[in-house]
Amino acid sequence: MTVLAQTAVSGAHPEIAWAAISPELTLFGVAILVLMLDTAGEQRPGASLLVLGVTLVGAGLAGVATGAWVLPALAALAGVAQLALTARWRRRPRLLGAVLAGAGFVATIGLTAWQQATAPAQTVVAGMVAADGVAHFTRYTVAVAGLLTVGLGFGYLEERRIHRGEYYPLLLLAATGMTLLGASADLIMVFIAIEVLSLSLYILTGFPKRDLTAQESALKYFLLGAFSSALLLYGVALVYGITGSTNLAEAGAAMAVVGTPVGLSVAALALLIVGFGFKTAVVPFHMWTPDVYQGAPTPVTGFMSAATKAAAFAAFLRVFSGAFGPLVLTWRPALYTLAVATMMVGALLAVVQTDLKRMLGYSAIAHAGYVLIGLMSVSRDGVSATLFYLLVYAIMSVGSFGVLTALERRTHKAVALDDVRGFGRRSPLVAGIMALFLFGLAGLPGTAGFMAKFAVFRAGVEADLTWLVVVAVVSSVIAAFFYLRVVVAMFMDDEPPEAAAQPPLAPRGAVAASLAAASAAVIVLGVVPGALVDLASRAATVAL
Amino acid sequence: MGPPILSTLIALPALGAAVAAAIPSHKRDAIRTTALATTIVTFLASLVMYARFEAGVAAFQLEEHVDWIPAWGVRYSLGVDGITLFLVLLCTFLMPVAVGATWGQVPQQVKGFYASVLVLESAMIGVFVALDLILFYVFFEAMLVPMYILIGVWGGERRKYAAVKFFLYTLVGGFLMLVGILYLYFKGGAQTFDYSALLQVPLTITEETLLFGAFFIAFAIKVPLFPFHTWLPDAHTEAPTIGSVDLAAILLKIGGYGILRFLLPYFPAATRLLAPGIVALSVVGVLYGALVAMMQSDIKRLVAYSSVAHMGFVILGVFALDVTSASGSVVQMVNHGLSTGALFILVGFMYERTHSRVIAEYSGLAKAAPVFGGVFLLVVLSSLALPGLNGFVGEFPILIGAFQTMPAAAVTATFGVVLAALYLLWAYQRMFHGPVEGSSRRMPDLNPREVAVMVPVVALIIGIGLYPKPLYDRVTPTIEQMITHPSLERTARAEPPRGPAAVAARTERSR
Repeated sequence: MTVLAQTAVSGAHPEIAWAAISPELTLFGVAILVLMLDTAGEQRPGASLLVLGVTLVGAGLAGVATGAWVLPALAALAGVAQLALTARWRRRPRLLGAVLAGAGFVATIGLTAWQQATAPAQTVVAGMVAADGVAHFTRYTVAVAGLLTVGLGFGYLEERRIHRGEYYPLLLLAATGMTLLGASADLIMVFIAIEVLSLSLYILTGFPKRDLTAQESALKYFLLGAFSSALLLYGVALVYGITGSTNLAEAGAAMAVVGTPVGLSVAALALLIVGFGFKTAVVPFHMWTPDVYQGAPTPVTGFMSAATKAAAFAAFLRVFSGAFGPLVLTWRPALYTLAVATMMVGALLAVVQTDLKRMLGYSAIAHAGYVLIGLMSVSRDGVSATLFYLLVYAIMSVGSFGVLTALERRTHKAVALDDVRGFGRRSPLVAGIMALFLFGLAGLPGTAGFMAKFAVFRAGVEADLTWLVVVAVVSSVIAAFFYLRVVVAMFMDDEPPEAAAQPPLAPRGAVAASLAAASAAVIVLGVVPGALVDLASRAATVAL
Repeated sequence: MGPPILSTLIALPALGAAVAAAIPSHKRDAIRTTALATTIVTFLASLVMYARFEAGVAAFQLEEHVDWIPAWGVRYSLGVDGITLFLVLLCTFLMPVAVGATWGQVPQQVKGFYASVLVLESAMIGVFVALDLILFYVFFEAMLVPMYILIGVWGGERRKYAAVKFFLYTLVGGFLMLVGILYLYFKGGAQTFDYSALLQVPLTITEETLLFGAFFIAFAIKVPLFPFHTWLPDAHTEAPTIGSVDLAAILLKIGGYGILRFLLPYFPAATRLLAPGIVALSVVGVLYGALVAMMQSDIKRLVAYSSVAHMGFVILGVFALDVTSASGSVVQMVNHGLSTGALFILVGFMYERTHSRVIAEYSGLAKAAPVFGGVFLLVVLSSLALPGLNGFVGEFPILIGAFQTMPAAAVTATFGVVLAALYLLWAYQRMFHGPVEGSSRRMPDLNPREVAVMVPVVALIIGIGLYPKPLYDRVTPTIEQMITHPSLERTARAEPPRGPAAVAARTERSR
């Protein structure tokens, strides 16, 4: 273990800290595994046996070579487990994919917890990857979002007949990119991670091949995403030009030196802000968000809104609050403006939406603004508040999109405000859960959303950003208005006659379990957040 | 000592709500009985609190402290003093009355209704006894959701509009207060949101004024002080009876309570600076509320506007910065809760029978329903502060006290008392006197259950009116400590130092 977790040495033969990147490796490995099993078709047992054989041989070799047996043993165990699962669900490949993906996310959480408990905060793999609190916490967030998404999306994808084999591998690859992004300690790594997650998400967005809206979304997302990646890359190039390094620690230190060409630094920072701004949907780089959120399959939208945001903000945090923290006076005014615009535009435009997915898309923009407050605080409290907010937001966001997923299965079309009228009378439990998520997003006490907002506001006021917090307050009130509109429609409006023919919505199985877990988390974290707050504040370590 | 009494008071209604939620929806009477039993038990528990409370002590009593979120310095701290003791009692007393009075008024979705009512009670008690600012804030906002649901789901015709308006108004104030709390917390630098610890935070006058504003808006909306009152008539009128009772009797008091608890001790210099302006607003509220009440054709709306007037008195009493008037304000809050709560219950009885609240549609109610008429008259008289009834023992000290420090305001506000007599008695005359006509024909008298719930209310109205000493014994020490606190720069009867002097003294202390 100690051998594995040692700090990497730079040079021609970097020592690979397998343990430190084991969560990513797991996600990636499961993705490949699911893909293999799927492409093997009817020969699945054979493919499965092959996988087991390769795993066992590889694990044995790795164990002999490194002398550490924990990981190889885990890998071997996973190999046996997949064989058992394959045998169990021979005729149901989708279910097998879902179960394996879920198991992959659970394993990621477990491995991250193990790493967090045992390994010190450091950078590994020649300074490319950070194994610190931010990375660990982002992995939790992404894995939780992924796990919920798998549970919520299964039936929906079946019914829309878009449940194809690539879904789970793509989901897992996107998650790999996201966790890697949260752990990137080098601008090149940032770029690679962003590309991995983006490419997967482009495809996932356009997954419903016959749905023109989805196709349009995917194309739009792809074009704008590629554009933003290019800008980001240009920013990376400028940083490299100024400092001679893409390593965050070195580049940050070099940029902070007096005498650095100011114009170039500002240009580099601006381009990086644009790049990250696209991924985190900060105004004015948010244009793609509502369209893409609306067009993508609803479970994918939930995953995108939660996990992409968490990962991109983690990198944003590491680069700006961490590496370029000394330059805070240079970049904070720009972000200040963007944050104000993001909070206000997101909230105001959400008010006029009638399509619920689109409304939640705009609300996601407003939330990006709140997270920016934590980022701009450039403090330990700011980092922990940001991480805490992102996790809580992920749960509430995936949960609310999950309810929309369930609703869409009933209406067989996009859910508008009119479609949920009287929904609370017919299905009080599901509507109550939706109301809980919405109240949480609005930041009412008793829900996790309040604790998250409180953490961010607290960090903001501490960092003398009081007026920015006041803007956030105004934005929150506007946001409360449109969240309330949904609650009003669900509980206080009468049911339209055509809805009376539909049966009440009673989710079962994985959907019910996911919704129950998410709503329980929202309440528990709202009442006794102590443990998670502690975890987040301990995770507020940035290793560069 | 037994279990901590304040936590018990908060927990009981919440537990009751959980029990009610577990009962199958069609067993309506079982749900109602659960709600009634819960509120009665809570009331009995609050009597234990009263018994344990030591009269004549200014400080917090029956305190409880537990860590809640240590990383942020948030604690679960409870305590009760002279200001909150009777507000909690008012709350626990009125809840069983209101539940009993509205027994059959909600025929549908009974479970959700009573669960909301009970959760609301928990939150209201919590607001009064919380001694940690974040805990206070949590309860403050937590009241919003059940109240919003009560108005929005079981309210009148324009319930959606009223509910959303109520919600957003309160939320604006609340969030601003949260920013204020955070600012205070970091200024204090002690990583604590403890009420008493934050009293020591040094502030410049600019900071004080801004923070005063942040807190004041939250509470002024709750009170509601003119011109922040526009949500109130809608919310009151559209809410189901029990919601109106809770709103008028308890939620409005939270505004007055917050002003006393936070504004005066935390921001004394700003209080001194802004007091005249706020007194002016409160006097405007007294007169405006009375005049608008007079113009109402809907009896429930009339009662709602009368609250604006009455709460104007309360705020006048507080910002007159005089021990007598401020003590009167606390007592008046209790009295207003009793009288207005009773009025809303009575209007609810009437509406349940006739489905009309239009004053002009009634005539001769006193003949049609003599017991109802008698109780109504008594409550109206209490509301217009007839000596011998409870309204008088609150309003009179307010006027006396205010006359010492702000004579002009006191004199003007006295016209409000006259106007109150006018609009209340005029309405009474139109509805209860004359031949039995219109909706009055469909008005049978109160049944035994309704009489039974009104008896304790009437008894208290008369009892407090004749013997208010137990209240003042417990209220005055706390108020005296607050108002004569050196930072407010004024002893009970001394001539106040004028603005600049107070500011100078305050700034000096800040260094």
